[in-house]
Parts: sequence; structure tokens; C-alpha cells
Amino acid sequence: MKKRIRLFVTGMLLTGMLVGCGGNKEAVATDGSTSMNKVIGALGEAFEADTGITVTYNATGSGAGIQAVQEGRCDIGLSSRNLKDEEKEKGLIGTVLAYDGIAVIVNPDNTVDNLDINTIAKIYTGEITNWSEVGGNDAEIVLIGREAGSGTRDGFESITETEDKCKYRQELTSTGDVITTVASNPAAIGYASLASVKETVKALTVEGIAPSEATIKDGSYVVQRPFVLVTKEDTQLSENAQKFFDYITSGEANEFISSAGVVPAN
Amino acid sequence: MHTSIFLEFFKRTRNRSTEIIEKVIQGIFLILGLITVGCVLLITVYLVISGIPAIKEIGLIHFLFGKEWASTAAEPKYGILPFILTSVYGTAGAILMGVPVGFFAAVYLSKVASKKVRAVIETAVNLLAGIPSVVYGLVGMLVLVPAIREVFHVPDGASLLAAIVVLAIMVLPNIIKVSVTALDAVPKEFEDASLALGATPTETFFRVSVPAAKSGIAAAVVLGVGRAVGEAMAVMMVAGNVANMPSLFQSVRFLTTAVSGEMAYSSPGSLQRNALFSIALVLFLFIMLINATLNFFLKRDKEK
Repeated sequence: MKKRIRLFVTGMLLTGMLVGCGGNKEAVATDGSTSMNKVIGALGEAFEADTGITVTYNATGSGAGIQAVQEGRCDIGLSSRNLKDEEKEKGLIGTVLAYDGIAVIVNPDNTVDNLDINTIAKIYTGEITNWSEVGGNDAEIVLIGREAGSGTRDGFESITETEDKCKYRQELTSTGDVITTVASNPAAIGYASLASVKETVKALTVEGIAPSEATIKDGSYVVQRPFVLVTKEDTQLSENAQKFFDYITSGEANEFISSAGVVPAN
Repeated sequence: MHTSIFLEFFKRTRNRSTEIIEKVIQGIFLILGLITVGCVLLITVYLVISGIPAIKEIGLIHFLFGKEWASTAAEPKYGILPFILTSVYGTAGAILMGVPVGFFAAVYLSKVASKKVRAVIETAVNLLAGIPSVVYGLVGMLVLVPAIREVFHVPDGASLLAAIVVLAIMVLPNIIKVSVTALDAVPKEFEDASLALGATPTETFFRVSVPAAKSGIAAAVVLGVGRAVGEAMAVMMVAGNVANMPSLFQSVRFLTTAVSGEMAYSSPGSLQRNALFSIALVLFLFIMLINATLNFFLKRDKEK
């Protein structure tokens, strides 16, 4: 808290200094989670419309974003998982911007509608290999996942406690690829950010609860993860970056966060 | 007399200024050439320097012949044999499928086809060469992968086979273009002599023209191998990318996709990142080897 007050005061002082210079339009650089594309895009657009300051977004992945902010290559890092202890030890702070539900998706032709989290874990670890074992058609389950290091994979595996145990048939490098693949294979199961799920695939209910804004916010839909803004503890944000940070965490931009399909945290 | 001395003088000064200009231009070209050499050296040195530490840490034998790759697991394993074998099998498969098609297409284009047909097909081949690999990947993902699933009744079509088919199509333009050039260069007298001796046109093409152009055709195949080994994007979208030991209907990961798939997420200085550089080094050595083979064929051609 102290830190934030200090940041705020310094920010104010800097603003005072710059008023005489006639405004500063330096862009705010964000870098990280590919899953946060939509939300940062919506927020950046709204922020630019208000202030004229552009927000750049580099979709590299949570790990790369955290690294970028640590090396000072961007203003705000974007991570779709909570910071690990070793990352916090390096002087990084995470601020939760929103909660994202990870939808477990299957092909629309699949007759299975609901799974509980243990069954999902069993399916992904290879204990259950046929849809008939969970009430579906007789077809071998095709596990679609993301590449090692992906925020979505990390989120999914940590929620279902299947780290390093998933027997993937395919490891794809983007949410779009996962959705396309699941949409084209009737026996496939995959996971993707709820915000990116389209009508071409069916999102399963987990323990009877469908993923939606309300169920994610109240915690009843269990496959969910935070969207985290990563900043450096000992480094002052640039004036514009601080403005953007305050704008998106204050609650006044919540409608834009919701419009991106995720649930605002503040 | 006077005028000739004057002319002589004039000639000399002009020669001197041309010489200077020549030297300057030569210098510029030398620098441009050195930039290329510098890039190659820089990449080689950089790859060797960043590739060696992980190999040292993991151990060359464990690294090259380890059968398991799990770089982000709690107990990471860094064995790249699955990637090496996948790249070798994938490339071999692509060549097996692509070379016959490309070779016969080249013979047809160079020797049989009428000018009009040749112009149309060559345009198509050039277009095929110009299609970005991500488009090959996308079409493969949306058409080929489901088709393999349906045809072979396997649970999922993303497999070594899908990658082989995509790569075979991707190497076609290389093979056709270089082979056609080689076949076109066969002196017409050879063929005329063969025809005059009573050989049919087909006999002439395959007994005279093709043997005469065989170094060029070999170079085309090696070039195709180079393209197939180095391809990442298209393969990434159809091969499934799981680090399995290769088999035709299994999801597999190539050397290229092993590097590009994890690079964005690995943190610098970590063993994972260094191991990725080591994979790149192995891939680089592969490509050097292929280039050396290519040079061997081209040189043999020249000596003839």
C-alpha cells in the first residue's frame, strides 16, 4: 500500500512537471499473456479514446511478459496466472485485473455435457480414454492441449492438479488452434479461455455449473484463473503507464473488461 | 604527331580515373560480401557458444539419444532423439513422396510440354513456391488432418503423416524448378543424336537427357531436403507437437518446432532455453551437412 501511495505521489509530481511541457503522448507498453489480448485491446482502446495515449500490446505469453517487465522492456507485464514465489522474490508485484474462466470444450456433436473436475483430471492423465466411460459415444478421447509454458495450460493443469501428467495428443500454440481443432474432431476435448470460445465448440458444465461471468465471479465455476498485471516493486511506472494502470484497476473501466468476456476483479 | 600525344595523354588520365572508380566499386562490393560472411559467422559462433553449455550440462549422449523430452516438468528431461528421428523420417517421407512427382513433372515441363502448357504450369509452380508456409499449415489443419482421421480411422489426424504430406507439397516447387533448369541446359545435340539413332522421344529423355542433367537433379533433391528440414510453421500446425517417438499416425515434434514452440516461454539463462539453443545447433549442423552435399553435387557438375 505504501508503495502505491509513493507511486501515486511521484506520479502526481511528474504530472506537475510535465504540464508545462504541453502533454506527453508516450505509448504504454504491455507485454505478455496471449489470453489477455481481448481485454487489453478493449481497455487500451477505451483509454486511448479518453486520453489520446496509445497502449501497445505484445502477445508473447505469460512467462515472456513477466520476464519483459523484469528486464524493463515493457511498462506492464500481463500474466494469466498468479506470480510464482520465485518471481515475487525478484521484486515483482502482481495486481489482479480480472478473473478468466477456462472453458473445457468439446465438439458440438459430443453427447457429453457435464464432467466433474476429477473426471476431467482423469481424462487428461489418461486414466479414462474412451467417451463411453463418461456417458458418451464409443470413441477414443483425443486430448488437445497447449504448449509447455502457456498460461492457459499452466492455469488448467494447476486447477485440475495434472501438472506434467497430461497425455496430450496435440500440443497447439494458440487458443484459436485449439478451438479449430476441437471443432473439427468429434472426439476431441480441449481447454480455452472462456472469452475466446465460439459457437463452433461446446463448453462443458463442470460439476453442473456452466462457465459464465456470474459463476466465475462467485467462484462456483471452479476452472478459473486470474489475469494479473505485473509491475516492478522498485521501479517507478512512467506517467502514462501509471495513468493506464489506475484507469483499469479503479473499476471505472469494468464495462470494457466485461465486454472482453472476463470478470472484473475490482 | 601533336594530336596523337595529346590523345595518348587523354587516354591515360581517363584510364586512371576509371581505375579509381573500379577500385571504389570493388571495395563496396567487398564490404557487401563481407557483411554476408559476417552474418554467417555471427550466427555460427552465437549458436555454438549458446548451444554448448546445455549439451555439457546434460551430457552429449543423454541429449542426443535421450528418448524423453519434458522441459517444464518438476524433474526435467532433455532427450532430443524423438525430434531428431522425427525430422529425419519426416524429411525422408516428404522426399519419397515429393521427388517422383517433382522429377516427372520437371521432365514433362522441360521436354514434352508445349510452350503454352509449360507457361501455365510454371506459373502455378511459382505460385506454389510463393505461398507462405502458414497458409500450407492452415489448409493442412483444416483439410488434411480431418481427412487423415476419416480415411485411416484414427482418433486424430494430426500426425507424422500429415506433416509428410504438407512437406512433400512444399518441396515440390524447389525440386521442379531446379530440375527443369538442369534439364533445359542439356545440349540439344545430345537429344538430336539419340533421336537420329532411332531412339523414341521417351527413351531419349530418360536415357540421354536425365543422365546428362543428373547432378542438377540431385542438387534439386538436396535443396528439397534442406527446405523440408528447416520448415517450422506449417509442420507445427499439422504434426500435433507432442514429443513422442515418431510413428506414422502419432503426434510428433520436429527439431524446428521443438525450438520455436518453447522459445517464447523459456526464461533466459535457464537450462531449458540453453537446451533449445542446443537443438538449434543440432539443426544447424544438419543443414550444414545438407549444404555440403549440395556443394559436392554442384562442384561435380562444374568439373565435368
